[in-house]
Amino acid sequence: MSVLIFAEVENGKLKRSSQESIFYGAKVAGMMGTSATVIVAGQSDNSSLAEAGKYGASKVLHATDARLNEPNGMAYATVVAAAARQEGASVIVLAKSSLADAMTARLAGKLKAGLAANVIELPDLSNGFRVKSSIYTGKAFAYNDLKADTKILAIKKNTIAVEETDAAATVESFTPALNDGDFAVTVKNVVKATGDILLPEADLVVSAGRGLKGPENWGIVEDLAKALGAATACSKPVSDLDWRPHHEHVGQTGIKVSPNLYIAAGISGAIQHLAGVNSSKVIVVINKDPEAPFFKSADYGIVGDVFDVLPRLTKAAQAL
Amino acid sequence: MKILVCVTSVPDTTTKITFTDNNTKLSKAGVTFITGPYDDYALARAVELKEKLGASVTVLNVGGVDAEPVIRKCLAIGADDAIRVNAEPRDAFFVAEQIAAIAKENKYDLILMGRESIDFNGGQVHGIVGEMLGIPSISPVMLLDIDGDTVKITREIEGGKEELEAKLPLVLGCQEPIAEWKIPNMRGIMTARTKPLKVVEPTGTDVLTDVSGYELPPARGAVKMIKAEDAETLIQLLRTEAKII
Ligand SMILES: Cc1cc2nc3c(=O)[nH]c(=O)nc-3n(C[C@H](O)[C@H](O)[C@H](O)COP(=O)(O)OP(=O)(O)OC[C@H]3O[C@@H](n4cnc5c(N)ncnc54)[C@H](O)[C@@H]3O)c2cc1C
Ligand SMILES: Nc1ncnc2c1ncn2[C@@H]1O[C@H](COP(=O)(O)O)[C@@H](O)[C@H]1O
Repeated sequence: MSVLIFAEVENGKLKRSSQESIFYGAKVAGMMGTSATVIVAGQSDNSSLAEAGKYGASKVLHATDARLNEPNGMAYATVVAAAARQEGASVIVLAKSSLADAMTARLAGKLKAGLAANVIELPDLSNGFRVKSSIYTGKAFAYNDLKADTKILAIKKNTIAVEETDAAATVESFTPALNDGDFAVTVKNVVKATGDILLPEADLVVSAGRGLKGPENWGIVEDLAKALGAATACSKPVSDLDWRPHHEHVGQTGIKVSPNLYIAAGISGAIQHLAGVNSSKVIVVINKDPEAPFFKSADYGIVGDVFDVLPRLTKAAQAL
Repeated sequence: MKILVCVTSVPDTTTKITFTDNNTKLSKAGVTFITGPYDDYALARAVELKEKLGASVTVLNVGGVDAEPVIRKCLAIGADDAIRVNAEPRDAFFVAEQIAAIAKENKYDLILMGRESIDFNGGQVHGIVGEMLGIPSISPVMLLDIDGDTVKITREIEGGKEELEAKLPLVLGCQEPIAEWKIPNMRGIMTARTKPLKVVEPTGTDVLTDVSGYELPPARGAVKMIKAEDAETLIQLLRTEAKII
């Protein structure tokens, strides 16, 4: 019995979401009276892997097969399943990401595991294994009783406040048997925004809607985001109109975010938009229409013109 | 080519979700059920592929009889026939087992699903089905083109996209802009009435996850309004009161 956490390393550092999942997994291990092991696949140096200790893991398994240097959901699922078997893991924790999403289900299939997605709290072990998850796109929560021997938890961002210690984890190399079938999909090209703060990982988000009138006006949104160190997002019509790339679109049919701060400028607050952002800790709404429905779901509101308010907020943020 | 499209019947996206029976059941009173919006993208692309390349399109739902209006609508949009597995969907594993059983019997070249259902939002069924059938699963798919036996796919990732190539058979979870949502026309609605809808009983009874109850999110506190002319105070409040910047 142990807890296994899948972690991702980016630019030589454990991703923020992975720090959170390691901390979460270590807490679960503590509750179960067992230890937490991390599994990482692909190129990484040992010092960044040992950092997993800071978040509570005692050991890191590092799968280094050259074929794993490119992220690959199917092959990574095989790696994690092999690690779970070796470690006798009864709980596997992953943070939601485009890579982890491709793995969780394949893992559940391989291990015949009970699976809870969008987990938002530590489990309750007083009576079986119960976890709370977000359902109906954030409009409700479910309490899931996981009955299988192996349990997989895909946790949402901001589920747990991470604390660090100075501990270091030991790093062991791990050589799983891979299947050729895991490499049946070939990656031809990857197009990825660089330098920007990626929306799903961001703590702060500045988002704008049709109220911005056109793509040429996005400078004021980007300026505020930059001043705050925030990622940018948008409503669906904005990405449908090609004012902004699709991966910035949040809501029912877009990305679901749960940052500490979500600033919505010139967005009316349709229920499908709220669905993707309503688990943000603090919501700020800026809209010239005092009747805009979004104000009902906001913590702070400003009735005003985005073209006046956003630049002033930027100045104030720069002055901090 | 044989295409299977798996669809859910879910509360309309504008539904205010509430529960009954001591928070153990979704309250269905006054709720309109629709095809999952992502499933609609999958179906629309399947119908386009049928028109372009020639294919049969089968719609599959694991659900009770109350899902039939949604299934009929899919037939009206252009699917050729439908299968309903007569069981309340319990967890993703159970649903995947049903879909995999049908797929093993009928050998589809392409299994299209939505990126995620909008009720439980697991985004899991396609991956489990792929694993059960031993074929690749890819999600969320934004573009799908078939060129001979090569399938070209664009998948969304954080901050961008991946261009992929694979061979059939495949399981894909779809999202926009793979196709435009289609609305049934009058002729479609008429012919849908006579298209075959087969009802089959479920296989396997594995339920690995049980929902013991539901809860609604706590209401947000009252909104604090700031005058536009004092907009700058917002930044101060975010620092000193909310303590998030
Ligand atoms: C099945 C389905 C799924 C959907 N999924 C999504 C989704 O994932 N995400 C999403 O966002 N939408 C989604 N929608 C669409 C949603 O219903 C709304 O149409 C959309 O969110 C509106 O976008 P908006 O607020 O940018 O535009 P609008 O509704 O046009 O609102 C613009 C707002 O800007 C304000 N404004 C205008 N000018 C100014 C100014 N100068 N200063 C300040 N404020 C100004 C206006 O008062 C207005 O409130 C979905 C719809 C359906 C049916
Ligand atoms: N009960 C069901 N019947 C048919 N297809 C389903 C069912 N549940 C989920 N699916 C398919 O699987 C996709 C992902 O669902 P989920 O894993 O629940 O988010 C959906 O978009 C559907 O295409």
